[in-house]
Amino acid sequence: MATFKKDNKKGAVTINTSALPDIVFMLLFFFMVATKMRDKEVKVKTAVPVVSEVEKIEKKSWVNFILVGPPTEIEQGTAPRIQLDDKFAEVDEVQQFIILRRNEFPEAIRDYLTTSIKADRSVRMGLVQDIKQELRQVNALKLLYSANAGDVTSSR
Amino acid sequence: MRKSRGIPEINAGSMADIAFLLLVFFLVTTTMDTDKGLRVKLPPWPDPNNPPPVSTQNNRNVLEVLVNSNDMLLVEGSIMDIEQLTEKTKEHLTNEGRNPSLAESSEQAIVSLKNDRGTSYERYVQVYNELKRAYNEVRNEYSESKFNKNFRNLGKDDAKEIKTKYPMKISEAEPVNIGGDN
Repeated sequence: MATFKKDNKKGAVTINTSALPDIVFMLLFFFMVATKMRDKEVKVKTAVPVVSEVEKIEKKSWVNFILVGPPTEIEQGTAPRIQLDDKFAEVDEVQQFIILRRNEFPEAIRDYLTTSIKADRSVRMGLVQDIKQELRQVNALKLLYSANAGDVTSSR
Repeated sequence: MRKSRGIPEINAGSMADIAFLLLVFFLVTTTMDTDKGLRVKLPPWPDPNNPPPVSTQNNRNVLEVLVNSNDMLLVEGSIMDIEQLTEKTKEHLTNEGRNPSLAESSEQAIVSLKNDRGTSYERYVQVYNELKRAYNEVRNEYSESKFNKNFRNLGKDDAKEIKTKYPMKISEAEPVNIGGDN
């Protein structure tokens, strides 16, 4: 027994882990600040186009998202659908959606609200155009075609 | 006396576990995607009692860009590859009356974009991007020659001057439906 104890004491080197919580907390705070809560379940495929002249959105909470694309689940068909919040919607529901969203904000900043259309590359302009007309009717004129930054020449 | 013992030590060994737990929670429930894209301003919905004035713009000031349902481009009546669109637009913007078929001055120059309902969204965004790039490049060149600075690094007043010299006027006509939606 005595010899055992002696060996153990010599062999095991304890690493000082008292700084570990600090490191992990640092990571934690980074993720808390840099990320945003996942608020909706994505039901449509949106592979956005690649463009060179992208602009970033300054205030993410002032953006309303309209997702357009083929459903991710094949049972829902392959025709492009519109997704507002968590569910599929038709074109005529866009106006109601924008008005409801706008009413959540104080009047002073309502003019700064942007609508982001996140549409799949394969979507035809007819559908996007219909959404644009709906947006014009409710005076939501600031629009963003969601796209990834990149070299355009490669995607041509 | 027991003063030599001091404050009893708290075991902080599980602190890391707790922090890891929180970290994993945030990793799972949050997203990091920053939203970027092409910023566009839509024209207001026309008021039926107060229709917009009929454009008195001279034909030469308008660069007409058409995209059909096969994603092909027609610029000023002739077929064009998308690679040449930026060059052509820049030529139009910086023409200043030299070429009689292009714009009289940069202030009056307009780009008119018209697409079919069957145009793919990708092609439409690409065309819009090329037009925007032409404006950005022209503004940048003017800024470099005048202020020796990139357009992005200009002060508010200088930037405004360039914007009045090269106003971004991309007008979008109502789309036609020739090729069909799908």
